[in-house]
Amino acid sequence: MTVITDALCPFCGCMCDDLTVIVENNKITEVKNACKLGVAKIMGHHRIKAPMMRTDKKGEFKEVSYDEAIEAAAQMLAKSKRPLLYGWASALCEVHKKGILLTEELGGIIDSTASVCHGPSVLGIHEKGIPTASLGQAKNRADVVVFWGCNPVHAHPRHMGHYSVFPKGFFIEKGRKSRKVIVVDVRKTETANMADEYVQVEQGTDYLVLSALRAILAGQAAVVPDAVGGVPKEALVKLVDTLKAARFGAVYFGMGLTQSTGRYKNIDNAISLITELNAFTKYVITPMRGHYNVAGIGQVMTWETGYATAVDFARGAPYYNPGETASNDVLGREEVDAAMIIAGDAGAHFPAKSVRHLAKIPVVQIDPYWNSSTEVANVVIPVAICGVEVEGTAYRMDNVSLRLRKMVEPEHPTDVEILEKITERVRKIKGD
Amino acid sequence: MTLKVNLITGRTINQGATIENKTSSDYQEATALCELNPKDAGQLGKPGSNIKVKTAYGEVVVKLKENNGNPDGLAFIPMGPWANAVVDPDTKGCGMPGFKGIPAQIDATSEKILLMKELIARYK
Repeated sequence: MTVITDALCPFCGCMCDDLTVIVENNKITEVKNACKLGVAKIMGHHRIKAPMMRTDKKGEFKEVSYDEAIEAAAQMLAKSKRPLLYGWASALCEVHKKGILLTEELGGIIDSTASVCHGPSVLGIHEKGIPTASLGQAKNRADVVVFWGCNPVHAHPRHMGHYSVFPKGFFIEKGRKSRKVIVVDVRKTETANMADEYVQVEQGTDYLVLSALRAILAGQAAVVPDAVGGVPKEALVKLVDTLKAARFGAVYFGMGLTQSTGRYKNIDNAISLITELNAFTKYVITPMRGHYNVAGIGQVMTWETGYATAVDFARGAPYYNPGETASNDVLGREEVDAAMIIAGDAGAHFPAKSVRHLAKIPVVQIDPYWNSSTEVANVVIPVAICGVEVEGTAYRMDNVSLRLRKMVEPEHPTDVEILEKITERVRKIKGD
Repeated sequence: MTLKVNLITGRTINQGATIENKTSSDYQEATALCELNPKDAGQLGKPGSNIKVKTAYGEVVVKLKENNGNPDGLAFIPMGPWANAVVDPDTKGCGMPGFKGIPAQIDATSEKILLMKELIARYK
């Protein structure tokens, strides 16, 4: 029996670093300290055993060898004029590097799950920059904590316990009691139930509410109507007073802002509010990233291509314009003529219109598990699970890079091995 | 009767815990559902009964669930294939589809909830 202590969790952007994993005969038998999400991911379940292929998407898959599947994937991608390589967020940075290289060879588009998550945050940050801090800074200093349009009790179950709310910190002697917690959301979630103050906004009015808070902060309360987004003006004035009274404020936000009316302009406005609060006291803002390494693919793409998401190599040099080059833009316009889905599940998490197009074009899937993308795939290549069976680098939601260890030996090849082989074949096919 | 709602989609703990197990009945239990407050839900039927959610982009049958935290007229479906059968594909010039704030109509139905495999098969 092996006991792995201080193991990192490869599920959500919290990447909790205090897990204990028990391994017996190369099987994980117990995971301690992790949340329900982390335990489910690390314990795992029945896998896709061998590579599979089919020509008719309505037909059944036939098991094939890795060599056959890799050859079919390479042929499919090399023949494509407009391939999309999507996913990446549940894979390690070493995989991202290979994926970007393959996309460049193909003249394709590479996009991550940020496309349906914090893609608008990337755009908002481009507009305004971001005053932010590590989760450790916020743990040790933040006496006012705001969750806006996010529900960590469900999506990041240990965020409050491990980093943001309950722990004692260097300047936060009493832990939870030393912090004021504010939740802004459209419905009273379990996170809201744990808050000191809950502000319920009408769905789709976040931009208006943020603008009203900025006006009040600027001393222009007179121009604010009696209620904004369903929130009485007095409540907004009180909220500004609470925010200003912080010694160190930490704001966390989620899909409530990125997916609602305004999209990236909500993020732009939220960052502006935080910037302006810094005229009074110290404030930071952090997006609640979903997949454990969605921040990592943003990092690797930025240092390799200059852009964090939705990068198009069709012109030979990297080009980026979400709204034009993001996955659901190119699928919605039925522009893509082949796709690789890896470490993400477009079949489950894209609108029906996009999945309908994926069902029409050749699709190769690289993933440990059978999911909705498998249902629209022609070639399926099962791989080892990054962060459980493969070691490597990932970036936490606050963009701190951490090294995940191998907990057990894999029975499948790694994403890196598969991508290297596909790239090698693509080069040969294109060169012929 | 038909209930008119504003639909949002998003994460839940059970959706997340089953996300790597999408062929399982646990995943369907966790995601093929729609949460409404008891007042709105009461107009459609008993919790656990099947309802059909229709938008301009599609329709889907899911299970009715009560959530006291929802304001009147706000419906929530956990992210996943059932939610995405009815979300707005328009990326509004920034790449992000409309996963929240979709006008929808909900009716009670005797139709069954499709399995993930059956749901995706509709797109082929």
